[in-house]
Amino acid sequence: MSLLDVKNLQVAYGGIQAVKGIDFHIDQGELVTLIGANGAGKTTTLKTLVGMVKKASGAISFDGQDTAGIHSHDFVRRGLVMVPEGRGIFAKLTVEENLLMGAYARDDKAQIQVELARIYELFPRLKERFKQLAGTLSGGEQQMVAMGRAMLSRPKLLLLDEPSMGLAPIIVQKIFEIIRMVAAEGVTMLLVEQNARLALEVSQRGYVMESGKITLGGNARELLDDERVRNAYLGE
Amino acid sequence: MDIFLQQILNGLVLGSIYALIALGYTMVYGIMGLINFAHGEVVMLGAMVTITIVNALVNAGVSLPGPVILAIGLFVAIPACMLVGFTIERIAYRPLRGAPRLAPLITAIGLSISLQQIAILIWGRNYIPFPPILNQDVVTFFGASITKLQIFIIVLCLLIMTGLLVMVEKTKLGRAMRATSQNPSVASLMGVNVNSIISATFVIGSGLGAVAGVMVATNYDQAHYYMGYLIGMKAFTAAVLGGIGNLGGAVLGGILLGIIESLGAGYIGDLTGGFLGSNYQDVFAFVVLILVLIFRPSGLLGEKLADRA
Ligand SMILES: Nc1ncnc2c1ncn2[C@@H]1O[C@H](COP(=O)(O)OP(=O)(O)O)[C@@H](O)[C@H]1O
Ligand SMILES: [Mg+2]
Repeated sequence: MSLLDVKNLQVAYGGIQAVKGIDFHIDQGELVTLIGANGAGKTTTLKTLVGMVKKASGAISFDGQDTAGIHSHDFVRRGLVMVPEGRGIFAKLTVEENLLMGAYARDDKAQIQVELARIYELFPRLKERFKQLAGTLSGGEQQMVAMGRAMLSRPKLLLLDEPSMGLAPIIVQKIFEIIRMVAAEGVTMLLVEQNARLALEVSQRGYVMESGKITLGGNARELLDDERVRNAYLGE
Repeated sequence: MDIFLQQILNGLVLGSIYALIALGYTMVYGIMGLINFAHGEVVMLGAMVTITIVNALVNAGVSLPGPVILAIGLFVAIPACMLVGFTIERIAYRPLRGAPRLAPLITAIGLSISLQQIAILIWGRNYIPFPPILNQDVVTFFGASITKLQIFIIVLCLLIMTGLLVMVEKTKLGRAMRATSQNPSVASLMGVNVNSIISATFVIGSGLGAVAGVMVATNYDQAHYYMGYLIGMKAFTAAVLGGIGNLGGAVLGGILLGIIESLGAGYIGDLTGGFLGSNYQDVFAFVVLILVLIFRPSGLLGEKLADRA
């Protein structure tokens, strides 16, 4: 059984259909990429998975349970965690306060401190700036905060919405290194990216979304070689 | 000079009460961008409930020390006001979340009037005197005098405000409140139940309001169904002066406004050659409000409006 199973999901904003009946799944331990042009419905799909947007129809099952009716603030307790588009940093909280917000739903104080120390080991930059207001960090550092914060939520499935958006190429490389690292820890991930090549390169599988529909899906290597993907998303 | 020092002391008493009330306005604004104009009425209810309990105990001939009787009244008034604050949010504001700003504003004004009418039904339109159960001993220094009760009011306000600031800055609940005020949907992703945080904000603000109401009642020896209006407007002014949404600003704005008001009242006669008397005291708050709105709409400690994109 898959960790996440989505069947015929439809989502609409008022009269506008943003997601028009998609099926996909993610297995335990996988890193899966969802690529697609602006406005294809990727963010809407992720938001629906964590209950921020209500679905019109279809079924979502996570970790063996139907997620219908779960409040958006309860998903993190079930292990479904999202780093939103634009990172969702609390600009006027310090770096450390931001990280600790990731552990908000946990009570194991001692263990949280251990993991916080590990986050600082992974991101020494954040350790240097732990008392600084997060809004004063660079985009790349903010993405590190967002990733560290998500890791403190102990995700079973981590949804990343365009983590490389707006970052300089060298920082993008760094972000993908972090993604690899998190994946190596055994965290299952769904990665939404404009940067299709890098995303497919780190992933095992991928899906292509176009105007609310999933039009292609399969092994990431094969997608990288696919004529249509190369033309539309890899700029070849 | 003694009149100067005297007015500063009076201002501190008044100002610390304003500050306590201003915190209620500013906390709610910080979390949901709403001016809860019914907050003044919560203050009034705190005073009314306490006076009622105190009078009942005194009339029943209960022989306890004055401060104990007052404390009993307060311990009834605080949860009562918290319940009112909680209910206001649940039935009046929550259904309007996401509505255009004018809707909750009009609702707040309607709530204000409704709560006053309810107070009239329960307590009538007359002033209700606070029985003389408290020590009115006066302490004098450098020619200025202050009652022990007033010293107690100032100290208690400072303690409560410090406690609140520490809670907001240092505890998990406080962190969640600040996160929610900045970005409720992301806070929700972290597991914060935004509705509970908003309820907690109203409950805490209303509890502070109850305490402030009792202080007003003991300081002026009376309570009245309409008392929440003026003091609410002044505390709102204090919150705007300090920078609405900013807790430290509410404290600063409250104390400053109290001092400005009492210095103004002390000197207005001299300044206008006796034309205006100290009964024009209430004008100062609104002069301050207008000046702040013209020259520094973001308040003393508030961020520039441009930052609030
Ligand atoms: N809050 C919203 N209200 C109305 N339409 C929206 C909203 N959010 C997204 N949309 C529309 O839904 C479609 C999909 O958007 P989105 O999921 O953000 O796409 P992507 O993340 O792939 O760029 C777009 O046409 C977009 O304009
Ligand atoms: Mg998007």
